[in-house]
Amino acid sequence: MTPQHPLVIGVGNAWRGDDGAGPAVVRLLKRCGCGGARFEECAQDGAALLALWEGHPFVVVVDAVLSGAPSGTLHKFEAQRETIPSQFFNYSTHAFSLAEAVEMSRTLGTLPARLILYGVEGENFSFGRRLSRPVRKAVHHLARSLTRELTTDGGHHDT
Amino acid sequence: MSAESGTRTIRVDYLARVEGEGALYVKVRKGQVKDVQLKLFEPPRFFEAFLRGRRYTEAPDITSRICGICPIAYQMSSIQAMERICGVTVSGPLSDLRRLIYCGEWIESHVLHMYMLHAPDFLGYPDALAMAKDHPDVVQRGLRMKKCGNQLVTLLGGREIHPVNMKVGGFYRVPLKSELATLRPELEWTLAAAVDTARWTSQFTFPAFESDYEFVALQHPHEYAICEGRLVSNRGLDCSVDEFEQHFEEQHVERSTALHCVRKGGTPYMVGPLARYNLNFDRLTPLARTTAQDVGLGRACHNPFKTIVVRAIETILACEEALTIIDRYERPDRPAVDVHPREGRKSGCSEAPRGICHHTYRIDPQGLIQDARIVPPTSQNQKRIEEDLRQLLTAHAELPADRLQWLCEQAIRNYDPCISCSVHFLKLHLDRT
Repeated sequence: MTPQHPLVIGVGNAWRGDDGAGPAVVRLLKRCGCGGARFEECAQDGAALLALWEGHPFVVVVDAVLSGAPSGTLHKFEAQRETIPSQFFNYSTHAFSLAEAVEMSRTLGTLPARLILYGVEGENFSFGRRLSRPVRKAVHHLARSLTRELTTDGGHHDT
Repeated sequence: MSAESGTRTIRVDYLARVEGEGALYVKVRKGQVKDVQLKLFEPPRFFEAFLRGRRYTEAPDITSRICGICPIAYQMSSIQAMERICGVTVSGPLSDLRRLIYCGEWIESHVLHMYMLHAPDFLGYPDALAMAKDHPDVVQRGLRMKKCGNQLVTLLGGREIHPVNMKVGGFYRVPLKSELATLRPELEWTLAAAVDTARWTSQFTFPAFESDYEFVALQHPHEYAICEGRLVSNRGLDCSVDEFEQHFEEQHVERSTALHCVRKGGTPYMVGPLARYNLNFDRLTPLARTTAQDVGLGRACHNPFKTIVVRAIETILACEEALTIIDRYERPDRPAVDVHPREGRKSGCSEAPRGICHHTYRIDPQGLIQDARIVPPTSQNQKRIEEDLRQLLTAHAELPADRLQWLCEQAIRNYDPCISCSVHFLKLHLDRT
Protein backbone atom coordinates (compact mmCIF):
# COMPACT_ATOMS: atom_id res chain seq x y z
CA MET A 1 0.00 0.00 0.00
CA THR A 2 1.35 3.45 -0.84
CA PRO A 3 1.44 5.52 2.32
CA GLN A 4 -0.43 8.81 2.28
CA HIS A 5 1.68 11.88 2.78
CA PRO A 6 1.14 13.09 6.30
CA LEU A 7 0.05 16.55 7.38
CA VAL A 8 2.12 17.97 10.24
CA ILE A 9 0.57 20.83 12.22
CA GLY A 10 2.53 22.91 14.72
CA VAL A 11 0.13 24.55 17.15
CA GLY A 12 1.02 27.59 19.21
CA ASN A 13 2.11 31.17 19.26
CA ALA A 14 5.74 31.53 18.26
CA TRP A 15 5.85 34.84 20.14
CA ARG A 16 4.93 33.36 23.51
CA GLY A 17 8.05 31.49 24.60
CA ASP A 18 7.56 27.73 24.88
CA ASP A 19 4.10 28.00 23.31
CA GLY A 20 6.12 28.19 20.09
CA ALA A 21 7.34 24.57 20.43
CA GLY A 22 4.87 23.28 17.80
CA PRO A 23 5.77 25.85 15.15
CA ALA A 24 9.47 25.31 15.95
CA VAL A 25 9.20 21.57 15.19
CA VAL A 26 7.38 22.30 11.95
CA ARG A 27 10.04 24.77 10.84
CA LEU A 28 12.78 22.21 11.47
CA LEU A 29 10.86 19.53 9.55
CA LYS A 30 10.28 21.86 6.62
CA ARG A 31 14.01 22.07 6.04
CA CYS A 32 14.18 18.40 5.13
CA GLY A 33 10.89 18.13 3.25
CA CYS A 34 10.16 14.79 4.91
CA GLY A 35 9.22 12.86 1.82
CA GLY A 36 6.37 15.06 0.66
CA ALA A 37 4.73 15.74 4.01
CA ARG A 38 2.61 18.91 4.22
CA PHE A 39 3.17 21.41 6.98
CA GLU A 40 0.96 23.95 8.70
CA GLU A 41 1.36 26.29 11.65
CA CYS A 42 -1.73 27.16 13.62
CA ALA A 43 -2.03 29.79 16.32
CA GLN A 44 -5.80 29.85 16.15
CA ASP A 45 -8.46 27.98 18.07
CA GLY A 46 -9.50 24.35 17.84
CA ALA A 47 -12.13 25.08 15.20
CA ALA A 48 -9.34 26.04 12.82
CA LEU A 49 -7.62 22.72 13.57
CA LEU A 50 -10.76 20.82 12.64
CA ALA A 51 -10.75 22.55 9.27
CA LEU A 52 -7.04 21.96 8.78
CA TRP A 53 -7.09 18.21 9.27
CA GLU A 54 -10.41 17.57 7.58
CA GLY A 55 -9.98 14.99 4.80
CA HIS A 56 -6.43 14.06 5.77
CA PRO A 57 -5.97 10.37 6.63
CA PHE A 58 -2.75 10.85 8.57
CA VAL A 59 -2.05 13.89 10.73
CA VAL A 60 0.64 14.70 13.26
CA VAL A 61 0.01 17.60 15.65
CA VAL A 62 2.66 19.14 17.89
CA ASP A 63 1.63 21.54 20.65
CA ALA A 64 3.01 22.87 23.92
CA VAL A 65 1.49 21.53 27.12
CA LEU A 66 1.61 22.43 30.77
CA SER A 67 0.75 19.30 32.74
CA GLY A 68 3.17 19.52 35.64
CA ALA A 69 5.78 17.16 34.15
CA PRO A 70 9.40 18.33 33.92
CA SER A 71 10.01 20.90 31.22
CA GLY A 72 10.97 19.31 27.92
CA THR A 73 9.03 16.08 28.57
CA LEU A 74 7.45 14.68 25.42
CA HIS A 75 3.91 13.31 25.63
CA LYS A 76 2.39 11.23 22.88
CA PHE A 77 -1.25 10.36 22.23
CA GLU A 78 -2.88 8.30 19.49
CA ALA A 79 -6.25 10.00 19.08
CA GLN A 80 -7.93 6.95 17.56
CA ARG A 81 -7.02 4.83 20.55
CA GLU A 82 -7.58 7.16 23.48
CA THR A 83 -9.46 10.18 24.75
CA ILE A 84 -7.18 13.17 25.00
CA PRO A 85 -6.90 14.35 28.61
CA SER A 86 -8.37 17.83 28.78
CA GLN A 87 -5.64 19.05 31.11
CA PHE A 88 -3.28 18.69 28.19
CA PHE A 89 -3.17 21.14 25.31
CA ASN A 90 -5.19 23.72 27.19
CA TYR A 91 -2.67 26.32 28.20
CA SER A 92 -3.20 29.12 25.74
CA THR A 93 -6.11 31.51 25.48
CA HIS A 94 -7.60 29.45 22.66
CA ALA A 95 -11.31 29.38 23.27
CA PHE A 96 -11.54 25.88 21.94
CA SER A 97 -8.53 23.76 22.77
CA LEU A 98 -6.72 21.02 20.87
CA ALA A 99 -8.16 18.37 23.20
CA GLU A 100 -11.66 19.69 22.56
CA ALA A 101 -10.98 19.80 18.82
CA VAL A 102 -10.01 16.12 18.85
CA GLU A 103 -13.11 15.11 20.79
CA MET A 104 -15.31 17.31 18.60
CA SER A 105 -13.82 15.72 15.51
CA ARG A 106 -14.45 12.26 16.98
CA THR A 107 -18.06 13.21 17.69
CA LEU A 108 -18.58 14.56 14.19
CA GLY A 109 -16.91 11.56 12.55
CA THR A 110 -14.17 13.64 10.97
CA LEU A 111 -11.22 12.34 12.94
CA PRO A 112 -8.32 11.40 10.63
CA ALA A 113 -7.75 7.64 10.38
CA ARG A 114 -4.50 8.26 12.18
CA LEU A 115 -3.97 11.32 14.35
CA ILE A 116 -0.88 11.49 16.54
CA LEU A 117 -0.52 14.29 19.06
CA TYR A 118 2.79 15.28 20.57
CA GLY A 119 2.82 17.51 23.60
CA VAL A 120 6.02 19.30 24.51
CA GLU A 121 6.02 20.22 28.19
CA GLY A 122 6.80 23.94 28.49
CA GLU A 123 7.82 26.13 31.39
CA ASN A 124 7.93 29.70 30.12
CA PHE A 125 4.97 31.17 28.21
CA SER A 126 5.88 34.84 28.49
CA PHE A 127 6.44 37.23 25.60
CA GLY A 128 9.30 36.61 23.22
CA ARG A 129 10.44 34.02 20.73
CA ARG A 130 12.94 32.23 22.95
CA LEU A 131 12.28 28.60 23.83
CA SER A 132 13.54 27.49 27.22
CA ARG A 133 16.52 25.16 27.08
CA PRO A 134 14.81 21.82 27.86
CA VAL A 135 12.07 22.66 25.37
CA ARG A 136 14.56 23.54 22.67
CA LYS A 137 16.26 20.19 23.25
CA ALA A 138 12.95 18.34 23.10
CA VAL A 139 11.96 20.19 19.93
CA HIS A 140 15.16 19.11 18.18
CA HIS A 141 14.79 15.55 19.42
CA LEU A 142 11.21 15.32 18.20
CA ALA A 143 12.07 16.90 14.85
CA ARG A 144 14.90 14.38 14.26
CA SER A 145 12.67 11.50 15.24
CA LEU A 146 9.78 12.65 13.03
CA THR A 147 12.13 13.32 10.13
CA ARG A 148 13.32 9.72 10.23
CA GLU A 149 9.81 8.33 10.46
CA LEU A 150 8.18 10.54 7.87
CA THR A 151 11.04 10.25 5.39
CA THR A 152 11.58 6.52 5.52
CA ASP A 153 8.07 5.13 5.42
CA GLY A 154 5.55 7.93 5.46
CA GLY A 155 5.09 7.57 9.17
CA HIS A 156 3.63 4.11 9.28
CA HIS A 157 5.58 3.23 12.39
CA ASP A 158 5.52 4.96 15.70
CA THR A 159 8.42 7.14 16.65
CA MET B 1 -24.45 27.16 52.79
CA SER B 2 -23.16 27.58 56.31
CA ALA B 3 -25.82 26.69 58.88
CA GLU B 4 -24.34 29.05 61.43
CA SER B 5 -24.06 32.17 59.35
CA GLY B 6 -26.53 31.53 56.55
CA THR B 7 -23.77 32.54 54.19
CA ARG B 8 -23.38 30.86 50.87
CA THR B 9 -20.39 31.29 48.67
CA ILE B 10 -20.15 29.98 45.17
CA ARG B 11 -16.82 29.87 43.55
CA VAL B 12 -16.01 29.00 39.97
CA ASP B 13 -12.35 28.72 39.22
CA TYR B 14 -12.58 30.16 35.80
CA LEU B 15 -15.22 31.06 33.34
CA ALA B 16 -15.02 28.96 30.23
CA ARG B 17 -15.86 29.96 26.70
CA VAL B 18 -14.75 33.54 26.77
CA GLU B 19 -11.74 34.60 24.75
CA GLY B 20 -8.97 34.76 27.28
CA GLU B 21 -8.88 34.76 31.00
CA GLY B 22 -10.29 36.77 33.90
CA ALA B 23 -12.39 36.65 37.06
CA LEU B 24 -15.65 37.93 38.42
CA TYR B 25 -16.56 38.45 42.06
CA VAL B 26 -20.19 38.83 43.07
CA LYS B 27 -21.34 39.51 46.63
CA VAL B 28 -25.02 39.13 47.56
CA ARG B 29 -26.38 39.84 51.05
CA LYS B 30 -30.00 39.04 51.91
CA GLY B 31 -31.02 39.21 48.29
CA GLN B 32 -29.30 42.57 47.77
CA VAL B 33 -26.37 42.72 45.41
CA LYS B 34 -23.62 44.47 47.31
CA ASP B 35 -20.72 44.16 44.97
CA VAL B 36 -19.93 43.09 41.42
CA GLN B 37 -16.31 43.23 40.32
CA LEU B 38 -14.78 42.11 37.09
CA LYS B 39 -11.23 41.23 38.06
CA LEU B 40 -8.45 41.25 35.56
CA PHE B 41 -5.08 39.95 36.54
CA GLU B 42 -3.06 38.84 33.56
CA PRO B 43 0.11 40.89 33.37
CA PRO B 44 -0.37 44.06 31.35
CA ARG B 45 0.61 43.69 27.79
CA PHE B 46 2.56 46.90 27.47
CA PHE B 47 1.73 47.14 23.80
CA GLU B 48 1.46 50.90 24.02
CA ALA B 49 5.00 50.99 25.36
CA PHE B 50 6.29 48.54 22.72
CA LEU B 51 5.13 50.94 20.05
CA ARG B 52 7.10 53.96 21.23
CA GLY B 53 10.13 54.54 19.07
CA ARG B 54 8.91 52.15 16.33
CA ARG B 55 8.16 53.36 12.83
CA TYR B 56 4.58 54.34 12.05
CA THR B 57 4.47 51.61 9.43
CA GLU B 58 5.06 48.93 12.07
CA ALA B 59 1.95 49.69 14.13
CA PRO B 60 -0.44 47.48 12.10
CA ASP B 61 1.68 44.34 12.43
CA ILE B 62 2.57 44.95 16.07
CA THR B 63 -0.98 45.72 17.21
CA SER B 64 -2.44 42.78 15.28
CA ARG B 65 -0.63 40.60 17.81
CA ILE B 66 -2.88 41.88 20.58
CA CYS B 67 -5.62 39.50 19.53
CA GLY B 68 -5.77 36.27 17.57
CA ILE B 69 -9.52 36.62 17.06
CA CYS B 70 -9.74 40.19 15.78
CA PRO B 71 -6.33 41.17 14.36
CA ILE B 72 -7.94 43.01 11.43
CA ALA B 73 -9.60 45.44 13.84
CA TYR B 74 -6.25 46.36 15.34
CA GLN B 75 -4.60 46.67 11.96
CA MET B 76 -7.42 48.76 10.54
CA SER B 77 -7.63 51.19 13.46
CA SER B 78 -3.88 51.76 13.55
CA ILE B 79 -3.66 52.14 9.76
CA GLN B 80 -6.50 54.63 9.74
CA ALA B 81 -4.85 56.73 12.48
CA MET B 82 -1.50 56.77 10.65
CA GLU B 83 -3.08 57.68 7.31
CA ARG B 84 -5.02 60.49 8.95
CA ILE B 85 -1.82 61.86 10.49
CA CYS B 86 -0.05 61.66 7.12
CA GLY B 87 -2.96 63.25 5.24
CA VAL B 88 -3.65 60.21 3.08
CA THR B 89 -7.05 58.95 1.98
CA VAL B 90 -7.51 55.44 0.65
CA SER B 91 -10.58 54.94 -1.49
CA GLY B 92 -12.01 52.84 -4.33
CA PRO B 93 -10.98 49.18 -4.61
CA LEU B 94 -8.40 49.45 -1.83
CA SER B 95 -11.04 50.72 0.56
CA ASP B 96 -13.36 47.95 -0.63
CA LEU B 97 -10.72 45.31 0.03
CA ARG B 98 -10.34 46.57 3.58
CA ARG B 99 -14.06 46.23 4.14
CA LEU B 100 -13.94 42.80 2.54
CA ILE B 101 -11.24 41.41 4.83
CA TYR B 102 -13.05 42.94 7.79
CA CYS B 103 -16.21 41.08 6.69
CA GLY B 104 -14.14 37.89 6.84
CA GLU B 105 -13.14 38.68 10.41
CA TRP B 106 -16.75 39.37 11.40
CA ILE B 107 -17.86 36.06 9.88
CA GLU B 108 -15.22 33.94 11.59
CA SER B 109 -15.51 35.69 14.95
CA HIS B 110 -19.32 35.87 15.06
CA VAL B 111 -19.74 32.25 13.95
CA LEU B 112 -17.21 30.97 16.48
CA HIS B 113 -19.02 32.82 19.22
CA MET B 114 -22.55 31.85 18.23
CA TYR B 115 -21.93 28.17 17.62
CA MET B 116 -19.05 27.22 19.88
CA LEU B 117 -19.37 29.59 22.81
CA HIS B 118 -22.86 30.97 23.27
CA ALA B 119 -25.41 28.55 21.77
CA PRO B 120 -24.61 25.83 24.35
CA ASP B 121 -25.79 28.26 27.08
CA PHE B 122 -29.22 28.56 25.49
CA LEU B 123 -29.61 24.86 24.71
CA GLY B 124 -28.53 23.67 28.15
CA TYR B 125 -25.17 22.16 27.26
CA PRO B 126 -21.97 22.71 29.21
CA ASP B 127 -20.02 23.19 25.99
CA ALA B 128 -20.05 22.82 22.22
CA LEU B 129 -18.73 19.28 22.42
CA ALA B 130 -21.77 18.13 24.36
CA MET B 131 -23.99 20.08 21.98
CA ALA B 132 -22.35 18.39 18.97
CA LYS B 133 -23.34 14.95 20.26
CA ASP B 134 -27.01 15.86 19.93
CA HIS B 135 -26.75 18.39 17.10
CA PRO B 136 -23.85 17.33 14.86
CA ASP B 137 -25.37 18.89 11.74
CA VAL B 138 -25.71 22.26 13.44
CA VAL B 139 -22.11 22.23 14.59
CA GLN B 140 -20.93 21.15 11.14
CA ARG B 141 -22.81 24.10 9.67
CA GLY B 142 -21.07 26.47 12.08
CA LEU B 143 -17.66 25.05 11.31
CA ARG B 144 -18.20 25.41 7.57
CA MET B 145 -19.40 29.01 7.97
CA LYS B 146 -16.38 29.89 10.07
CA LYS B 147 -14.11 28.33 7.48
CA CYS B 148 -15.59 30.65 4.87
CA GLY B 149 -14.60 33.67 6.98
CA ASN B 150 -11.13 32.19 7.44
CA GLN B 151 -10.76 31.78 3.67
CA LEU B 152 -11.59 35.43 3.09
CA VAL B 153 -9.04 36.57 5.67
CA THR B 154 -6.42 34.16 4.34
CA LEU B 155 -6.80 35.26 0.73
CA LEU B 156 -6.62 38.97 1.52
CA GLY B 157 -4.40 38.87 4.56
CA GLY B 158 -1.87 36.29 3.47
CA ARG B 159 -2.78 33.98 6.33
CA GLU B 160 -5.81 33.47 8.51
CA ILE B 161 -4.22 34.34 11.81
CA HIS B 162 -2.30 37.57 12.33
CA PRO B 163 -2.57 38.49 8.66
CA VAL B 164 0.40 40.31 7.19
CA ASN B 165 -0.83 41.85 3.94
CA MET B 166 -2.36 45.11 5.17
CA LYS B 167 -0.22 48.21 5.42
CA VAL B 168 -0.44 51.96 5.87
CA GLY B 169 -1.59 53.13 2.43
CA GLY B 170 -3.25 49.88 1.32
CA PHE B 171 -1.95 46.36 0.83
CA TYR B 172 1.35 44.70 -0.04
CA ARG B 173 -0.45 42.68 -2.70
CA VAL B 174 -3.97 42.97 -4.03
CA PRO B 175 -5.81 39.89 -5.29
CA LEU B 176 -6.77 39.16 -8.87
CA LYS B 177 -10.46 39.42 -9.68
CA SER B 178 -10.39 35.71 -10.48
CA GLU B 179 -8.99 34.90 -7.04
CA LEU B 180 -11.81 36.74 -5.31
CA ALA B 181 -14.33 35.03 -7.56
CA THR B 182 -13.29 31.63 -6.18
CA LEU B 183 -14.75 32.67 -2.82
CA ARG B 184 -18.20 33.37 -4.26
CA PRO B 185 -19.82 29.91 -4.06
CA GLU B 186 -18.86 29.36 -0.44
CA LEU B 187 -19.96 32.90 0.49
CA GLU B 188 -23.34 32.26 -1.10
CA TRP B 189 -23.66 29.06 0.92
CA THR B 190 -22.60 30.89 4.09
CA LEU B 191 -25.11 33.65 3.43
CA ALA B 192 -27.93 31.10 3.28
CA ALA B 193 -26.54 29.39 6.38
CA ALA B 194 -26.44 32.73 8.20
CA VAL B 195 -30.14 33.23 7.49
CA ASP B 196 -30.77 29.73 8.89
CA THR B 197 -28.63 30.68 11.89
CA ALA B 198 -30.75 33.77 12.55
CA ARG B 199 -33.91 31.65 12.44
CA TRP B 200 -32.32 28.98 14.66
CA THR B 201 -31.05 31.40 17.32
CA SER B 202 -34.28 33.40 17.33
CA GLN B 203 -36.07 30.26 18.57
CA PHE B 204 -33.98 30.12 21.74
CA THR B 205 -35.56 31.03 25.05
CA PHE B 206 -34.22 34.39 26.15
CA PRO B 207 -34.21 35.58 29.75
CA ALA B 208 -36.64 38.47 30.17
CA PHE B 209 -34.07 41.18 30.70
CA GLU B 210 -33.66 44.67 29.33
CA SER B 211 -31.66 47.64 30.43
CA ASP B 212 -31.48 51.32 29.60
CA TYR B 213 -28.24 51.17 27.69
CA GLU B 214 -26.20 53.92 26.20
CA PHE B 215 -25.15 52.32 22.94
CA VAL B 216 -21.98 53.63 21.31
CA ALA B 217 -20.91 52.71 17.78
CA LEU B 218 -19.45 54.14 14.63
CA GLN B 219 -21.91 55.56 12.13
CA HIS B 220 -21.31 56.09 8.45
CA PRO B 221 -23.61 58.06 6.14
CA HIS B 222 -23.90 55.37 3.48
CA GLU B 223 -23.15 51.99 4.99
CA TYR B 224 -23.28 49.91 8.16
CA ALA B 225 -20.10 51.25 9.69
CA ILE B 226 -17.23 48.81 9.99
CA CYS B 227 -13.97 50.45 8.95
CA GLU B 228 -14.73 54.11 9.65
CA GLY B 229 -17.31 56.64 10.75
CA ARG B 230 -18.28 59.10 13.45
CA LEU B 231 -18.82 58.05 17.03
CA VAL B 232 -22.50 58.24 17.94
CA SER B 233 -24.75 57.13 20.76
CA ASN B 234 -28.47 56.93 21.44
CA ARG B 235 -28.01 59.70 24.01
CA GLY B 236 -26.89 62.38 21.62
CA LEU B 237 -23.17 61.73 21.27
CA ASP B 238 -21.96 62.63 17.78
CA CYS B 239 -18.25 63.30 17.49
CA SER B 240 -15.23 62.55 15.37
CA VAL B 241 -12.92 59.75 16.43
CA ASP B 242 -10.36 62.40 17.39
CA GLU B 243 -12.73 63.71 20.05
CA PHE B 244 -12.91 60.39 21.89
CA GLU B 245 -10.94 61.67 24.88
CA GLN B 246 -13.35 64.57 25.34
CA HIS B 247 -16.24 62.18 25.87
CA PHE B 248 -14.71 59.03 27.33
CA GLU B 249 -12.19 58.36 30.04
CA GLU B 250 -10.20 55.35 31.12
CA GLN B 251 -10.23 54.66 34.84
CA HIS B 252 -7.67 52.61 36.66
CA VAL B 253 -9.33 50.00 38.84
CA GLU B 254 -7.19 48.50 41.56
CA ARG B 255 -8.35 44.93 41.02
CA SER B 256 -7.58 45.03 37.31
CA THR B 257 -4.55 45.34 35.08
CA ALA B 258 -6.81 46.69 32.33
CA LEU B 259 -8.32 50.14 32.39
CA HIS B 260 -12.11 50.50 32.50
CA CYS B 261 -13.34 52.90 29.86
CA VAL B 262 -16.45 54.89 30.76
CA ARG B 263 -18.26 58.00 29.60
CA LYS B 264 -16.98 61.21 31.15
CA GLY B 265 -18.77 61.30 34.49
CA GLY B 266 -18.31 57.61 35.05
CA THR B 267 -21.36 56.04 33.43
CA PRO B 268 -20.95 52.74 31.59
CA TYR B 269 -21.87 52.21 27.97
CA MET B 270 -22.18 49.30 25.57
CA VAL B 271 -20.27 48.71 22.35
CA GLY B 272 -20.62 45.78 19.96
CA PRO B 273 -23.32 44.13 17.85
CA LEU B 274 -26.30 45.27 19.90
CA ALA B 275 -25.07 48.88 19.90
CA ARG B 276 -24.40 48.80 16.16
CA TYR B 277 -27.76 47.22 15.44
CA ASN B 278 -29.72 49.77 17.44
CA LEU B 279 -27.83 52.75 16.02
CA ASN B 280 -27.45 51.61 12.43
CA PHE B 281 -30.49 49.47 11.68
CA ASP B 282 -31.35 51.64 8.65
CA ARG B 283 -27.99 50.85 7.09
CA LEU B 284 -28.31 47.07 7.25
CA THR B 285 -28.07 45.29 3.90
CA PRO B 286 -31.45 44.23 2.43
CA LEU B 287 -31.48 40.56 3.40
CA ALA B 288 -30.06 41.32 6.85
CA ARG B 289 -32.84 43.82 7.50
CA THR B 290 -35.68 41.63 6.25
CA THR B 291 -34.35 38.63 8.13
CA ALA B 292 -34.17 40.69 11.31
CA GLN B 293 -37.81 41.60 10.85
CA ASP B 294 -38.77 38.02 9.93
CA VAL B 295 -37.25 36.62 13.10
CA GLY B 296 -39.00 39.24 15.21
CA LEU B 297 -36.00 41.25 16.23
CA GLY B 298 -37.54 44.65 15.51
CA ARG B 299 -35.56 47.79 14.82
CA ALA B 300 -34.71 48.31 18.48
CA CYS B 301 -33.50 45.61 20.84
CA HIS B 302 -32.49 46.15 24.46
CA ASN B 303 -32.24 42.51 25.54
CA PRO B 304 -28.51 41.68 25.60
CA PHE B 305 -29.23 37.94 25.45
CA LYS B 306 -30.57 38.48 21.93
CA THR B 307 -27.13 39.61 20.81
CA ILE B 308 -26.65 36.07 19.53
CA VAL B 309 -29.42 36.75 16.99
CA VAL B 310 -27.90 40.12 16.14
CA ARG B 311 -24.58 38.38 15.46
CA ALA B 312 -26.40 36.17 12.97
CA ILE B 313 -27.89 39.27 11.32
CA GLU B 314 -24.45 40.87 11.12
CA THR B 315 -23.09 37.66 9.61
CA ILE B 316 -25.73 37.95 6.89
CA LEU B 317 -24.66 41.55 6.35
CA ALA B 318 -20.98 40.57 6.16
CA CYS B 319 -21.75 37.91 3.52
CA GLU B 320 -23.92 40.28 1.47
CA GLU B 321 -21.29 43.01 1.62
CA ALA B 322 -18.53 40.56 0.68
CA LEU B 323 -20.47 39.32 -2.36
CA THR B 324 -21.20 42.88 -3.51
CA ILE B 325 -17.55 43.90 -3.18
CA ILE B 326 -16.33 40.80 -5.02
CA ASP B 327 -18.74 41.43 -7.88
CA ARG B 328 -17.73 45.05 -8.43
CA TYR B 329 -14.02 44.57 -7.80
CA GLU B 330 -11.55 45.72 -10.41
CA ARG B 331 -7.94 45.15 -9.49
CA PRO B 332 -6.21 48.51 -8.89
CA ASP B 333 -2.97 49.29 -10.72
CA ARG B 334 -1.11 49.76 -7.46
CA PRO B 335 -1.64 47.89 -4.21
CA ALA B 336 -1.11 50.97 -2.05
CA VAL B 337 -0.93 54.73 -2.20
CA ASP B 338 2.28 56.54 -1.30
CA VAL B 339 2.52 57.68 2.29
CA HIS B 340 5.08 60.08 3.69
CA PRO B 341 5.32 60.60 7.41
CA ARG B 342 4.60 63.91 9.00
CA GLU B 343 4.33 65.02 12.58
CA GLY B 344 0.94 64.82 14.21
CA ARG B 345 -1.50 63.15 16.57
CA LYS B 346 -4.70 61.51 15.35
CA SER B 347 -7.04 58.68 16.15
CA GLY B 348 -8.38 55.73 14.20
CA CYS B 349 -11.40 53.64 15.06
CA SER B 350 -13.09 50.60 13.55
CA GLU B 351 -15.76 48.14 14.57
CA ALA B 352 -14.14 44.96 15.86
CA PRO B 353 -16.66 42.10 16.03
CA ARG B 354 -17.19 42.91 19.72
CA GLY B 355 -17.22 46.72 19.43
CA ILE B 356 -15.22 49.82 18.67
CA CYS B 357 -11.44 49.49 18.78
CA HIS B 358 -10.01 52.97 19.26
CA HIS B 359 -6.36 53.90 18.68
CA THR B 360 -4.53 57.20 19.04
CA TYR B 361 -0.95 57.83 17.94
CA ARG B 362 1.48 60.70 17.94
CA ILE B 363 4.38 60.47 15.52
CA ASP B 364 7.36 62.74 14.90
CA PRO B 365 8.43 64.17 11.50
CA GLN B 366 10.50 61.04 10.79
CA GLY B 367 7.51 58.80 11.43
CA LEU B 368 8.64 57.42 14.78
CA ILE B 369 5.85 56.74 17.23
CA GLN B 370 6.07 59.00 20.28
CA ASP B 371 2.90 57.94 22.00
CA ALA B 372 0.21 55.30 21.53
CA ARG B 373 -3.11 54.71 23.22
CA ILE B 374 -5.27 51.68 22.47
CA VAL B 375 -8.77 51.23 23.85
CA PRO B 376 -10.08 47.74 22.99
CA PRO B 377 -13.80 46.97 22.99
CA THR B 378 -13.85 44.68 26.00
CA SER B 379 -12.34 47.29 28.30
CA GLN B 380 -15.22 49.55 27.27
CA ASN B 381 -17.83 46.91 28.02
CA GLN B 382 -16.44 45.77 31.37
CA LYS B 383 -18.35 48.20 33.52
CA ARG B 384 -21.50 47.56 31.50
CA ILE B 385 -21.11 43.81 32.09
CA GLU B 386 -20.92 44.50 35.83
CA GLU B 387 -24.10 46.58 35.63
CA ASP B 388 -25.95 43.84 33.74
CA LEU B 389 -24.91 41.30 36.35
CA ARG B 390 -25.98 43.58 39.16
CA GLN B 391 -29.46 43.91 37.64
CA LEU B 392 -29.73 40.23 36.79
CA LEU B 393 -28.69 39.10 40.23
CA THR B 394 -31.13 41.49 41.86
CA ALA B 395 -33.97 40.20 39.69
CA HIS B 396 -33.10 36.53 40.09
CA ALA B 397 -31.72 36.39 43.61
CA GLU B 398 -34.06 33.49 44.44
CA LEU B 399 -32.50 31.13 41.89
CA PRO B 400 -30.42 28.21 43.10
CA ALA B 401 -26.71 28.84 43.00
CA ASP B 402 -26.00 26.69 39.97
CA ARG B 403 -28.75 28.36 37.91
CA LEU B 404 -27.57 31.79 38.99
CA GLN B 405 -24.04 30.97 38.02
CA TRP B 406 -25.17 29.69 34.64
CA LEU B 407 -27.12 32.90 34.08
CA CYS B 408 -24.14 35.06 35.03
CA GLU B 409 -21.84 33.25 32.65
CA GLN B 410 -24.41 33.44 29.88
CA ALA B 411 -24.81 37.18 30.50
CA ILE B 412 -21.06 37.76 30.35
CA ARG B 413 -20.90 35.89 27.05
CA ASN B 414 -23.54 38.25 25.62
CA TYR B 415 -20.61 40.62 25.20
CA ASP B 416 -18.28 38.04 23.64
CA PRO B 417 -15.58 39.47 25.87
CA CYS B 418 -12.23 39.24 24.19
CA ILE B 419 -10.23 39.14 27.31
CA SER B 420 -6.93 38.56 25.63
CA CYS B 421 -7.45 41.98 24.02
CA SER B 422 -8.18 43.79 27.21
CA VAL B 423 -5.72 41.86 29.27
CA HIS B 424 -7.59 39.48 31.51
CA PHE B 425 -8.59 36.01 32.63
CA LEU B 426 -12.00 35.25 34.11
CA LYS B 427 -12.95 33.47 37.31
CA LEU B 428 -16.35 33.73 38.94
CA HIS B 429 -16.77 34.07 42.69
CA LEU B 430 -20.35 34.35 43.89
CA ASP B 431 -20.53 35.20 47.57
CA ARG B 432 -24.13 35.06 48.74
CA THR B 433 -25.70 35.33 52.16
